[in-house]
Amino acid sequence: MKRRGWVDALFIFPCALAFVMVIIFPFFIGIYYSMTNWDGVNPAISWVGLANFTGMFSQPQFLYSFMVTLLYTAINIVLVNVVGFLLSLLATSKARLRNLYRAGFFVPNLIGGIVLGYIWQFLFNNVLLNVGQSLGIGFLSSSLISKPNTVIWAMSFVNTWQYAGYIMMIYVASIQSISDSIMDAASVDGANYFKRISKILIPMMANAFTITIFLTLTTSFKQFDLNFSLTNGGPAMRFMGKAIRSSQLLAMDIYSTANGLNRMAEAQAKAVVFFILLVVFSLVQVYINKRREVEA
Amino acid sequence: MRQGKTLQAPAIAGKRNGKTGAIVLETFGFLLFLLFMTPFLIVLLNSAKTAREIIYSPIALPENWALIFTNIKTIFDNPSTDYIGAFIDSAIITVLSLAVISLFSAMCAWALVRNKKKWATVIFMAFVAAMVIPFQVVMFPLVRWFKIVGDTIRIPLLGTYHGIVFAYLGFGCSMSVFILHGFIKNIPLELEEAATIDGCSQTRTFFNVVLPLLQPTFITVLILNGIWIWNDFLLPLLILGSNGRVQTIPLAVTSFAGSYLKQWDLILTSALLAMLPIIVLFIFAQRYIIKGMVEGSIK
Repeated sequence: MKRRGWVDALFIFPCALAFVMVIIFPFFIGIYYSMTNWDGVNPAISWVGLANFTGMFSQPQFLYSFMVTLLYTAINIVLVNVVGFLLSLLATSKARLRNLYRAGFFVPNLIGGIVLGYIWQFLFNNVLLNVGQSLGIGFLSSSLISKPNTVIWAMSFVNTWQYAGYIMMIYVASIQSISDSIMDAASVDGANYFKRISKILIPMMANAFTITIFLTLTTSFKQFDLNFSLTNGGPAMRFMGKAIRSSQLLAMDIYSTANGLNRMAEAQAKAVVFFILLVVFSLVQVYINKRREVEA
Repeated sequence: MRQGKTLQAPAIAGKRNGKTGAIVLETFGFLLFLLFMTPFLIVLLNSAKTAREIIYSPIALPENWALIFTNIKTIFDNPSTDYIGAFIDSAIITVLSLAVISLFSAMCAWALVRNKKKWATVIFMAFVAAMVIPFQVVMFPLVRWFKIVGDTIRIPLLGTYHGIVFAYLGFGCSMSVFILHGFIKNIPLELEEAATIDGCSQTRTFFNVVLPLLQPTFITVLILNGIWIWNDFLLPLLILGSNGRVQTIPLAVTSFAGSYLKQWDLILTSALLAMLPIIVLFIFAQRYIIKGMVEGSIK
């Protein structure tokens, strides 16, 4: 068939135009802005070199946000995947209502982080408090999202509740692709349930783990919606002699630098660093997991 | 995902240790299911209470379920936030964005698969590579850029339907092109050649032969993009603004929650209304939604 190049070009044009206008141009403009004194108000923008980049590393808030984002991501990688894996075992077990369970575990994932964050704010600040006080549980006598040392765990808990069902589905698809005869053979050879899972199932699911760990890593690192509506960065605490917000993850730190403080160029510089970190972390993760896949 | 398979007992569970094992499994499964559903249940219970009842007895059953309608009416009548308007705007934005994303992405993906020139490969690689760019790194420049472009062409892009739909096309098309590209690659070329021999032009071949074949992949594309767009918060916040003429559901819920005094009766009822369409959709199209979301991520 003779193809006409201009017809192809016409077919590509709408997507290419939107793509260039919405992602490519802003991306490169953004890199330029990160090296200026852009404040969002003054139309005159001048070059300041790398000042925005060097400045952020002496800010207690940025350093704390960076650390707390790493912690939050690490907790989520473990928690979401362990819970998601256990749920997938339940969803592929002989339990009678397994199809209902599967749908139920998946539902939180369909609701946006903003709406879920407000719901959980109510659960932490009112419901759990009420339950804790009436049952006399000291652990729940003050809200878990009002204390700097528990707030990240509370956020990870909500994230696990929201995301584990999605990860479960990927595991379920992987488990179902493994031939039953392998499991039956191991069973005949006398391997018990836990042996079959640890020695056969998990190694055979190496490919799925690469995907799920990648997904939990990137979504946790980029977390914004839940952070915004559940804690809005709070509560306040002191760090390096300054008052900072103890649950302000990197994505939210970028947002508040620009929005609350009107320091657009600095926010943009943080976003560029955020982008580089994200790419480096995910490349390292995929590299490590791929090597494991080969070994398995 | 294979169908039918879920109905049989898979082999990993193997032979359980008799009845106790089965009872433990059933009980544990059901309790876990209840735990996962509790937040939704509590939202539903408290949507039928007054603000006072919510604070003093958040886990009690409501005394009068009809209060749920009173709360809904209060939300609809609220002078500062036009909730019904936001609902309609969310629907318009989601539907229009899905329409342009699926049509243009399919056209683009098809042209990129079938065109063997080098520039087509380069464009495809650019789409794939751009998927790693997080929203945070383009969001502020995008707003300023939209303002500049809007002023130049004298068609405002900020605060308008077409502006946000155009933005969603930009953000949504790279993944959609990627998914559709993978599918179109496997459509036999002979099919299209036969159409050409029968006298179909290149454009007609696409619309009459290729497009109908893409239906199953469209479901994936629609679900992945639809759920994202319906729930999205930051892009509408930046493009539409929190007090703009056009609003979306997440923005409206935020404006209820953002007021100085926490009015939980209104916040929880508005959250319930925001969740309702997705949950109803999920009940009816569960299989497609799960398939779409899982397939989209694995690719």
